[in-house]
Amino acid sequence: MEQKTKINAEDGKQELVITREFDLPLELLFKAYVVPEIVEQWMGTKVLKLESKKHGSYQFETSDAQGNVVFRANGVIHEFNPNQKISRTFEMENTPFDIQLEFLEFEKLTDDTSKLHMHIVYKSVALRDKMLALPFAQGINMAHNRLQNSLDKLK
Amino acid sequence: MVASQAMTAGAIASNFDTARPTVSKHLQILTECELLEQEQNGREIYYHLNPQKIKEIADFIEPFRQMWDDRFNKLEAIMKKYK
Repeated sequence: MEQKTKINAEDGKQELVITREFDLPLELLFKAYVVPEIVEQWMGTKVLKLESKKHGSYQFETSDAQGNVVFRANGVIHEFNPNQKISRTFEMENTPFDIQLEFLEFEKLTDDTSKLHMHIVYKSVALRDKMLALPFAQGINMAHNRLQNSLDKLK
Repeated sequence: MVASQAMTAGAIASNFDTARPTVSKHLQILTECELLEQEQNGREIYYHLNPQKIKEIADFIEPFRQMWDDRFNKLEAIMKKYK
């Protein structure tokens, strides 16, 4: 089966492209990026601020069950063309990762389907590769923790 | 090339304009990384792919893709209610 979400990360480049086709009309896809309550649901984070306009800014925050903030990100919106394009910066706070630049392009395929083209530019090739590896490393950490927990129980 | 059949260094090199020692060096590195495996057959050494290792490299990016795929699946499910 063909994958709906595709990643194109060419070797030695400090950018990557994520593309995805949706069984949604273009307007609904775009709305999912604009309405804070909807962004919260699919991004799984709290939206502290989201000003969807040129020179607007946004801030997301995620807390764990104990109420500790585990993730906070913010950025500035540079271009905002409804149902067409959002260009913005993205910064993860309190991490060694530099700010990245994101170009989101929304395209109508048919009346009921649409496509998102997300082009992300990083400060360096090394940083892009680190970001690509992050979920992979987290997966290994989680597996390692599960193994450790299982071993601890055997003690 | 080596995905379809095991090949000798000479047969692999004949497909490139690069000098034979350069190709040998590449094969040596790929073998050290365990992406290629060597098999002695008489006087010849044949190279073939190590599919397990190739899969590991392909999988490296997979959790990142999966993370975005999960998010977008959620987005799609949520927005279908607004149709």
